[in-house]
Amino acid sequence: MADYWSNLLMVTSVVVYLLALAAFALEWAAARRLELVGAPAAVLVGTEGAPIEGAEAVSDSDAADQKTQVRVDMFGRMGLALTVIGWGLHLSGVVARGMAANRFPWANMYEFVTAALLFVVTAYLVMAFRGVRWLGLPVTLLVVIGQGLAVTVFYVAVAPLVPALHSVWFVVHIVAAAVAGAAFNIGGLASILYLIKARAERRERVRGYLAKLPSSTRIDELAYRFTAFAFPLWTFAIAAGAVWAEYAWGRFWGWDPKETWSLVAWVVYAGYLHARATAGWRGKRAAVVGIIGLACFWFNFVGINLLVSGLHSYAGI
Amino acid sequence: MARDTLRAEGRAQDDADRELGVDPADEGSPAASRSARPGKDRRGTLRGAETLRWLWTQLTSMRTALVLLFALALAAIPGSLLPQKPTSPVRVREFIANNPQLGAFYDAIGVFDVYASPWFAAIYLLLFVSLVGCIVPRIGVYLRGLRAEPPRTPRNLGRLPAHLRLGSSGDSEAVLATAEQVLRERRFRVRRLDDSVSAERGYLRELGNLVFHVSLVFLLCGVAMGALFGYKGTTAVVEGQSFSNTLTQFDDFSSGGLFNPGQLVPFTVTLDSFTAKFETGPVQRGAARVFLADTTTTLDGVTTQQQLEVNHPLVLGDSVVHLVGHGYAVDVTVKDGNGDVAFSGPVILLPQDGNFLSVGVVKAPFARPERLAFEALFLPTAVDQNGVGVSVFPDALNPQLLLNIWTGPPKESTGQPENVYSLDRTGLTQVTEDGKPVRFTLVPGEMFDVPGGGSIQFNGWKRWVSLQVSSTPGLWLVFGSVLAAVAGLCLSLFVRPRRVWVKVSGDVVEVAGLDRTEGRGGLDDELQLIADGLGLAPHEPQGAGSEVSGVAAPQPTDADRDDDNADTQPADDPKPAPAEPPTSAENEGKP
Ligand code: HEM
Repeated sequence: MADYWSNLLMVTSVVVYLLALAAFALEWAAARRLELVGAPAAVLVGTEGAPIEGAEAVSDSDAADQKTQVRVDMFGRMGLALTVIGWGLHLSGVVARGMAANRFPWANMYEFVTAALLFVVTAYLVMAFRGVRWLGLPVTLLVVIGQGLAVTVFYVAVAPLVPALHSVWFVVHIVAAAVAGAAFNIGGLASILYLIKARAERRERVRGYLAKLPSSTRIDELAYRFTAFAFPLWTFAIAAGAVWAEYAWGRFWGWDPKETWSLVAWVVYAGYLHARATAGWRGKRAAVVGIIGLACFWFNFVGINLLVSGLHSYAGI
Repeated sequence: MARDTLRAEGRAQDDADRELGVDPADEGSPAASRSARPGKDRRGTLRGAETLRWLWTQLTSMRTALVLLFALALAAIPGSLLPQKPTSPVRVREFIANNPQLGAFYDAIGVFDVYASPWFAAIYLLLFVSLVGCIVPRIGVYLRGLRAEPPRTPRNLGRLPAHLRLGSSGDSEAVLATAEQVLRERRFRVRRLDDSVSAERGYLRELGNLVFHVSLVFLLCGVAMGALFGYKGTTAVVEGQSFSNTLTQFDDFSSGGLFNPGQLVPFTVTLDSFTAKFETGPVQRGAARVFLADTTTTLDGVTTQQQLEVNHPLVLGDSVVHLVGHGYAVDVTVKDGNGDVAFSGPVILLPQDGNFLSVGVVKAPFARPERLAFEALFLPTAVDQNGVGVSVFPDALNPQLLLNIWTGPPKESTGQPENVYSLDRTGLTQVTEDGKPVRFTLVPGEMFDVPGGGSIQFNGWKRWVSLQVSSTPGLWLVFGSVLAAVAGLCLSLFVRPRRVWVKVSGDVVEVAGLDRTEGRGGLDDELQLIADGLGLAPHEPQGAGSEVSGVAAPQPTDADRDDDNADTQPADDPKPAPAEPPTSAENEGKP
């Protein structure tokens, strides 16, 4: 019963997220009509902290622009509202899944994706209500793809745990990894936006929605904060995994593909943090390193689970 | 830029940064580091030493560390994509057989055993040398700086990223005294100067940073300890049988270079019974659900009954016993042509698939007149699929034993160990009937008479478990280091060093602050709180209501925050260099 509801809620959440994505896409599309307004850096500064970005960011000289601006904002708010609804469904879906299985719902790839994405959306919503709604498009895109794959490709029915998963580390290790992963993802999305925005700024062609984004500096900083938050947690997740491996597999490190790629991602992110502290690497190069880190994270998750066989194969597909 | 403002710790810090290569001016540039050294004319004699020094500077530079980090990441990858000798030797052999040339090449460069290869070791050892080389000077700097006072107050506070002008009633002594108190309460380290107070906090950041890096070194030591002094062996134990911890009882055993077999703690483990349960429902049918071994262990004369499970290893002395596998053993009785019992007992079979189709050999070398051997195939849940027997479930719901027979003249005992799981067919011939090999199937309790003499009885099946016995000295060092590393990381990433100055000039009190790292912002809020603590209102210069005068920041909250963040970013246009706080020379030698 609970699993039926869980599945229904998850699928519905995908649909709602898709609508949210559409609304955010319309927001960006509508904003394309806005011409370069004012000096973006100076004007946009004011938007941080205000729940609704906006109206003041436009030169009020042009009534047409005003109208567009209102439309842009409306789509943005619609996107946010839909994301909140999707999140509610998503959360209920994850909870129902846990009830159906009578354990924490992150034992296989399907459950891990849905749980980790729930953290992503939660983090985004917290940010959105503190003025960072502009991440909506990339975040909903990520979530739609992720949740979509989860309910279609990764889906497995509810089942109890294999003996190796009977451990407290089941909670510690996986939650740490999921939260760290969520933060890495948001950081990586911000890094991508940063590269786009920084490029536009360099070419002095900051227009449309890009103009509505904060300065590249601020985006970069957001990326840094999420990554810096995720890194210790990721370290901890790997360490917890090692402790668990010592219990379950009799060695704390065995260069299993999952272990190896976690370390690769970790090393790349350590590189990211160092890069930002190194003169010649700050900014663009650091952002690229961050994106490579995220790619490693994804490969570790999708590639290793599906392509390579190892001890860490709990995908269940 | 952050780095400029960061480096104000005096000469020592400057030197340290230069060592680290983080100074943009000389980063990675041989010319820059060399030009600092004296005397072109003495080059001849100094060249060797200089080169060494230059190499060392290069090695310990942050850029080198970055390159080594990426090299480490890259080097780790092939090991996850190609089969590795330590974990899957069979697949390595298959790979080499299928791709002789490529395989030989791979083998030669060590990518079948990446993590033990010299080049992999070279990368991480270089990284750690670089790490030590860069962290040791920093520790010195940190220790010397521990009791250093906050820097002098910059002349022009207005140029700092956050700045308040407050009006004061006059008594500068009182204002500064309150400022000292307020700042102390806000956990700043405070230094009183003539007409100002200078304060700094966030010293834990660098401490965290150092702890993190030092922990990595300890981590490596812990791993090395385990690798040198540890051992690991596996053994298979059938229900009802025992294992005692001596070298001869292991099926395979590996140990570190400094391991001494005398180290093996003498204990025994008896497997009383082993319970395995598998999913019978429609979802994940056949997946393992319960593995539970009931054991009796004896250590130092003390006997205890303990349960061994996958996540609950047995701890015996400094050794740990893990449950790492299981399988079926068949209990058979073989009688020879003379009618004597030539073999009786459980024979361990090796599982071949998830449904525990298992194979092995029943050997009766002492059967007379002819010795006997049987190749065995065990199907725990046997189903006939187009004439071929397969197992469709891992539990023993319909156990069947499929056998064929080999006989031969007695063999001289050579004392050579023999593989118990496979049959050496030299000197043996397969028993046939009508030109076809004899094959037969037994269910528990059944017996088969071998054509030409002898018989085999299938008494029943038992389970066996694979136990891993290991000792990893240094494990606590490893996990302790990781814990310290995470704690250090949190400090180094989340503590935000900040400097604040309060300066009185006439009836104006200036409060200014500087964040020494990029981070969460909130500098303006803190300045405002400090101003509130001083109980002073914004300075009103002849009528005009100016309150806050951050650099180009008309809006107090958001705009300012943005701006002070911007200050730490290189991308922004070069600002007037944030008032160079106190020069190095001034600070030097102060307690
Ligand atoms: C095992 C390899 C290493 C790892 C995983 C690692 C990791 C880290 C991390 C996570 C940070 C915090 C980042 C930050 O605060 O910005 C950091 C900071 C730092 N690391 Fe490393 N590190 C390693 C090797 C090295 C080496 C070899 C050096 C020196 C050549 C070095 C120099 C530094 C410095 C100077 C900082 C402080 C940067 C700052 O001012 O914030 N690290 N390291």
